[in-house]
Amino acid sequence: MEKNMYSIIIPTYNERLNIALVVYLVFKHLREFDFEIIIVDDSSPDGTQDIVKQLQLLYGEERILLRARKKKLGLGTAYCHGLKHASGDFVIIMDADLSHHPKYLPSFIRKQKETEASIVTGTRYVRGGGVHGWNLMRKLTSRGANVLAQTFLWPGVSDLTGSFRLYKKSVLEDVIGSVVSKGYVFQMEMIVRASRKGYHIEEVPITFVDRVYGTSKLGGSEIVEYLKGLIYLIFAT
Amino acid sequence: MKHILKILELLVTISAIWIGLLQASIVSSSYAWLLPVYLIILLGCYGLFMVGVGLMFFPTCPQESHLLQKDIAEAKDFLKREGIDVNSD
Repeated sequence: MEKNMYSIIIPTYNERLNIALVVYLVFKHLREFDFEIIIVDDSSPDGTQDIVKQLQLLYGEERILLRARKKKLGLGTAYCHGLKHASGDFVIIMDADLSHHPKYLPSFIRKQKETEASIVTGTRYVRGGGVHGWNLMRKLTSRGANVLAQTFLWPGVSDLTGSFRLYKKSVLEDVIGSVVSKGYVFQMEMIVRASRKGYHIEEVPITFVDRVYGTSKLGGSEIVEYLKGLIYLIFAT
Repeated sequence: MKHILKILELLVTISAIWIGLLQASIVSSSYAWLLPVYLIILLGCYGLFMVGVGLMFFPTCPQESHLLQKDIAEAKDFLKREGIDVNSD
């Protein structure tokens, strides 16, 4: 039986501490799997790349690939950039800030093997999953956004804006080519386009602990961005 | 087919049923004219209901924060032993 290789793409910007923690946890939880971690750093001023180079000495350069970029560019392009250097049959995308815990990686892989799905996406909104660190307002906007999306967009997944996902490499390459949005709407467009193209998508519950180090914001502009994104997706997909 | 077309298809079907009801006079005329309004109000109520239910049963995981802190401590320990200085502020 041929062994599958998993390429994990992690975009980073000023994640000096978090990236080291994430890498440690990935190695801890993926011991029986063949994988590589591709870190796409956008020239972080806090020395993230220095830490990554030290991690490379520790874990090996075949396991940790540093594919940096000259300046802060978008998330979507970060995935494209990482994808060019991915040698696995599967690509996993995740955040560097520990909101996505590497302990769920085996469940993504297992789900894909069981169902032969093209995409496995993590969902925070089902039993077994969950969120910690959100106040009532944040939960309200999240739930409101979700109901809007389910009512008008019929996306086929319960968590539209999540970015903890496993793709078959060929599927990611196919879908990412047709996506034009930026920011987190990019994640929405990815999964909706994949759903429209008829790809088999499965979900696994994940828990999401909001940013342990650093801050994450949700303001009026993000809400407007979301609504614009939703309208765009209704008309364009 | 684009999603917007699916939605239009649904709206056209509903409109056809509505016009049919008006023509056939199964329902009284004044009531029938207001059906679209009732439908929209129903949709709004459904939406609010779903938001409320979702909020009530929003899955949370307070224990995860605690587990994460343990993982972070374990990771930091390891990094210290390996001489990787992350200068956590």
